[in-house]
Amino acid sequence: MSDPRQGDKVMPMAEAVRRFVRDGQLVVIEGFTHLISFAAAHEIIRQGRRDLVLCRLTPDLVYDQMIAAGCARKVVFSWAGNPGAGPLYGFRRAVERAIPRAIEIEEYSHYGMVARFAAGAARLPFFPLRDYQGSDLPAVNPEIRSVTCPFTGERLAAVPAIHPDVAIVHVQRADQLGNAHVWGLMGVQKEAAFAARSVVVVAEEIVAEEVIRADPNRTLIPGLVVDAVVEEPFGCHPSYAQGYYDRDNAFYVQWRDISKDAASLNAWLDEWVHGVASRAEYVTRMGARLARLRARQQFCGPVNYGF
Amino acid sequence: MEYTPTELMVCEAARQLRDGEVVFVGIGLPNLACNLARRRHAPNLVLIYESGAVGALPVRLPISIGDPALVTNSASVCSMYDVFAHYLQGGRIDVGFLGGAQIDRWGNINTTVVGDYAHPGVRLPGSGGACEIAILAKKVFVIAPQSVRAFPERVDFVTSPGHVTPRGTRQALAMPGAGPALVITDLGCYEFRDGEMVLTSLHPGATMSAVKRTLGWDVRVAAELVATCAPSADELRLIREDLDPGHLYI
Repeated sequence: MSDPRQGDKVMPMAEAVRRFVRDGQLVVIEGFTHLISFAAAHEIIRQGRRDLVLCRLTPDLVYDQMIAAGCARKVVFSWAGNPGAGPLYGFRRAVERAIPRAIEIEEYSHYGMVARFAAGAARLPFFPLRDYQGSDLPAVNPEIRSVTCPFTGERLAAVPAIHPDVAIVHVQRADQLGNAHVWGLMGVQKEAAFAARSVVVVAEEIVAEEVIRADPNRTLIPGLVVDAVVEEPFGCHPSYAQGYYDRDNAFYVQWRDISKDAASLNAWLDEWVHGVASRAEYVTRMGARLARLRARQQFCGPVNYGF
Repeated sequence: MEYTPTELMVCEAARQLRDGEVVFVGIGLPNLACNLARRRHAPNLVLIYESGAVGALPVRLPISIGDPALVTNSASVCSMYDVFAHYLQGGRIDVGFLGGAQIDRWGNINTTVVGDYAHPGVRLPGSGGACEIAILAKKVFVIAPQSVRAFPERVDFVTSPGHVTPRGTRQALAMPGAGPALVITDLGCYEFRDGEMVLTSLHPGATMSAVKRTLGWDVRVAAELVATCAPSADELRLIREDLDPGHLYI
């Protein structure tokens, strides 16, 4: 059997970012609490990308760090907080005080963002939804509009399709072609991948094609939409990967203090992003902290795919 | 038995849930209330989290809406498209829980900005799923401690519409859900009459003057005003020992 880590799409993170993330692009790093590729975000920061339009439902710490590092000119989102721990100070400093630079915001609700990805994935110009009536959101975001149903005459809200230049999605395991198994919370990873012009799959482990083909219902993202496959164990920390490692909730709380002022946030970036060459070095330096997060085992029973 | 106002809010929210209802759960107090109800009178309560966990049975207190403990042993895990399109817009959610930085007389909720949107005094996290929960859930429960800042007569920004918005009433705007049914604060419980918050239950130890002092308008009081029941020893034991042993939220 050939080495699953070989193949045209398999590459180190530095090369994937060099090839697929360019200044000024619309970039999506998705994952709802689960499977957020901090490894990709940190490499984008290290390579000094600028003027990115960063889109995801919850900017989370991942975009807080990219905004603070000066990568973003605009953020498209639906909930900008530090989940369970307070505000996103990096995001707020940029919005309220233009530190390190002014950023534009374009704001939806979760369903609006999900619908934008769904329309993009299906190559429809917009998505109709029963939402936003009575809310002030359409008044501050002219992209939230309405449409009349040609069958019933009802007025529905409408949001435009989104087509990211690149979507970066972390998965538990993928083969060298990018066929990717995901379990646990799936967020909008599938829709984001299908909506994007290029897709980078980052996997906890790259496995043989047979492993994926043995359980095809678990393949959330097929290799046919994937351009690059990167292996990055612990690539989501402080986010998590179900069955691999737990969310580092303590870090999310610590981020509240780290990010409260620009100087201490920048010092953290200097140490943990600019100060390491790669995710592998970050993982080594984090050491025991990551080992403590390793998931306990709870396997499900196999299913019979025979006929 | 001594208890805190937060513990009473959790107990009162739990008591309002009926067995078999399908609840869209938020992190923090709503999560405690739903899991308390499930342990007591509502074992068949179905907990749905916006992250995609359906029929969740969390064995630890979830710190975030996407906690891995929501996945383990849940009935189903689905995409967020499924959560919002099929479950919420599909009319499958009986009760949605919301909180907010500002809640007004008409049940409108602000989680977006304090002050002007373009030049915010305080930039808040935004809607998340709150806007569509307010519009689509069959009914909405709100939990929030009372203060003049948190309960103005009109919110600065309507993130999630209540009964009467600056753009019209729920009926005029054809919202599928019935909107806020109940507001539970640290001083009392409120229902909505003619779209307006009306005090229907006063918590033990709370006074009318405290209620009036911490609301931004002259609130109506129901003729049949009752006293809220204090938490029982069993409710308090479950909250303190089982549901939030680290006392993160209580």
